[in-house]
Amino acid sequence: MEHGFPIRDLTPIADGVVRCVVEAPRVARHALPGQFVIVRVDVGGERIPLTVSDLDEPSGTITLVVQAIGASTQRLAAKRPGETLADVLGPLGAATEIEPYGRVVVVAGGVGAAIALPVARALAGAGNEVVGVVGARTRDALVLIDEMGSVCDQLLVCTDDGSAGRHGLVTDALSDLLDEGGVDHVFTVGPIPMMSAVAELTRSAAIPTVASLNPIMVDGTGMCGGCRVRVGEETKFACVDGPDFDAHLVDFELLATRNRAYRVFEQCRMAELADG
Amino acid sequence: MAELSKRERMAMSRTQMPTRDPAGRAATFDEVNLGFNTGLAVLEASRCLNCKRATCVEGCPVGVRIDAFVAHVAAGDISAAAAVVRDDNALPGVCGRVCPQEAQCEGACVLGNRGRPIAIGHLERFVADWALDHDEAPEATPPTGKRVAVVGSGPAGLACAGDLARAGHEVTVFEALHEIGGVLVYGIPQFRLPKDIVAAEVERLGSLGVSFETDVLVGPAVSLEELRDEEGYDAVFVGTGAGLPRFPGIPGEDLIGVYSANEFLTRVNLMKAFDPGAETPVYDLAGRPVVVLGGGNTAMDAARTALRLGGDPVTVLYRRTDAEMPARAEEVAHAREEGVDFRFLVSPIEFRGDDGWLGSVVVQAMELGEPDEWGRARPMPIDGMTEDVACDVAIVAIGNQPNPILAKATPGLETTARGTVVVDPETGATSIPGVFAGGDIASGGATVILALAAGRAAAAAIDAWLGADPS
Repeated sequence: MEHGFPIRDLTPIADGVVRCVVEAPRVARHALPGQFVIVRVDVGGERIPLTVSDLDEPSGTITLVVQAIGASTQRLAAKRPGETLADVLGPLGAATEIEPYGRVVVVAGGVGAAIALPVARALAGAGNEVVGVVGARTRDALVLIDEMGSVCDQLLVCTDDGSAGRHGLVTDALSDLLDEGGVDHVFTVGPIPMMSAVAELTRSAAIPTVASLNPIMVDGTGMCGGCRVRVGEETKFACVDGPDFDAHLVDFELLATRNRAYRVFEQCRMAELADG
Repeated sequence: MAELSKRERMAMSRTQMPTRDPAGRAATFDEVNLGFNTGLAVLEASRCLNCKRATCVEGCPVGVRIDAFVAHVAAGDISAAAAVVRDDNALPGVCGRVCPQEAQCEGACVLGNRGRPIAIGHLERFVADWALDHDEAPEATPPTGKRVAVVGSGPAGLACAGDLARAGHEVTVFEALHEIGGVLVYGIPQFRLPKDIVAAEVERLGSLGVSFETDVLVGPAVSLEELRDEEGYDAVFVGTGAGLPRFPGIPGEDLIGVYSANEFLTRVNLMKAFDPGAETPVYDLAGRPVVVLGGGNTAMDAARTALRLGGDPVTVLYRRTDAEMPARAEEVAHAREEGVDFRFLVSPIEFRGDDGWLGSVVVQAMELGEPDEWGRARPMPIDGMTEDVACDVAIVAIGNQPNPILAKATPGLETTARGTVVVDPETGATSIPGVFAGGDIASGGATVILALAAGRAAAAAIDAWLGADPS
């Protein structure tokens, strides 16, 4: 049975990051900001969750922004337009809650900007004043800066090494914004330590904060429970109850630990890949 | 074979299913039961007493004409037996392998009084496998011009799709995962139900005209309304199953090493984690202690799978006694033969570990008390008696809840407090006209054969509904 989702475009947009435009008409028609898809790059491959960064309903395509950090994502990055992804399932998860909050800061680290972009766009569309704070290790790792700049009222760029924008962490920029006052809501997505640090900053300022989580998943439809996260006193399945949760209630340490469960296995796979 | 007298037939012992040697098989995922050959099948079928009142048929949830097909086997006419089985059961090769026969057809067999019921399951399996090897193209039915969408490709959906196709309707089955079969491919292991058997039965449905679309999560990706109004489906069958695992709700259940049986089995069965070249990992079980919580078929599947991945020891922890275990008798026997340990009257109360990794489970000793509302003895904790059981991996197989995704995305689809879809028990009709449901999504977690029965009942109701529909 011939099956697959044709890749329309695949372009490197930063160091180790590609933008993949793929035909998935049912997803393109229904996906909302904050939702994701599960992709199998090739038949026999693993199922990996990827964020829907953009979509175009008339052409039936969605845009995935993918950091080539594992065996599957490296194989995806090596694909060419005209080839296919074996499976694209979605849209999955609950959409980000978009309300007229007032002044909203969207804090994104690394490829988290791919999730932040549609969220920031929707927040702006709902009448919010949106301040984007986007950070990465270094200039070459920044993604979607122009796009974020065009949807945010104000965009602050940070790099760890000072090669672009402010020299420092996104939390330094956020801290200044909080000191200025007038922040009503924060949305954050990126590496776990970053989201955890954002949550700590806004906790003391008592500003409602939502984090988009990235646990390990298999099916993405609530069936396996591998993506469970601790939120307050409850166990939640990120794939159906999330991926967005109240950042002040999330157990980030547990999330970080659980995400390391297969690290040895993954390193072995990467070593095999490097050996060809 | 010469005609045997009733006395002679009653004196015969039950034909044993040839199996792989327990020591060798516990290291492979090859099917344990090897199946009857024609000689064994005819021998076993010849024990049938041809009862006037076929209690076996009454014991079958889908009413397979067992008396008829067994008589054909006894007469050596396997082709005729296959025609009967195929007519009455959309997935005979599956049911012959996974039905709890001892509680159904074989439990109702009059020879059961002597502990030697006809091996109906083994015979059904033999006939079904024979039919797959001697397949003829099914007869085409004149198309009715009606289209039906089946949501979910598990046993309920496949059975429903088969009957609807045979009635001449154009059927598309939508599946969220990348393979067709639902629990038959993600849940039930290869050594009990080989995936090529499922694939062959699915292919058979394809030759009846059923289409399949994978990677579609009906609800979020396409609503029931869109299926009807835009994609031209005249009716929908919802068989989305009980796919949301339950956890015990005890401290430590988020430690690494605690799996739901769904996750563990999906990683191994669907994602082939047992294959060293697989991209999807499963925790390394080799030489590590594994516990399985629960006493049903899923618990047996998980325990036997863990054993095959090198778990040592693999221990099933069950809060009642072996008499109350809901698993199929054959699965329990096979698990024991292969070396799975059982500890009864213990209930987990806490998972413990270091640095986020599981190290042990604390169990509470139980005793059986008064019967609960279903008549099963209720396990009661014995004060002060707890024990720490070492384990690197714990697999939770204590049941599933209905998957809520479709219901959440479908306004007007009435559900119960438990999350099951409300249906007319006879027809599967839901609160939305033209939408029917069956299997675990309507009943809560049950068996393959009950899902199949519900799928078939709904197919008949859908056929009638489409016939009455003037549109």
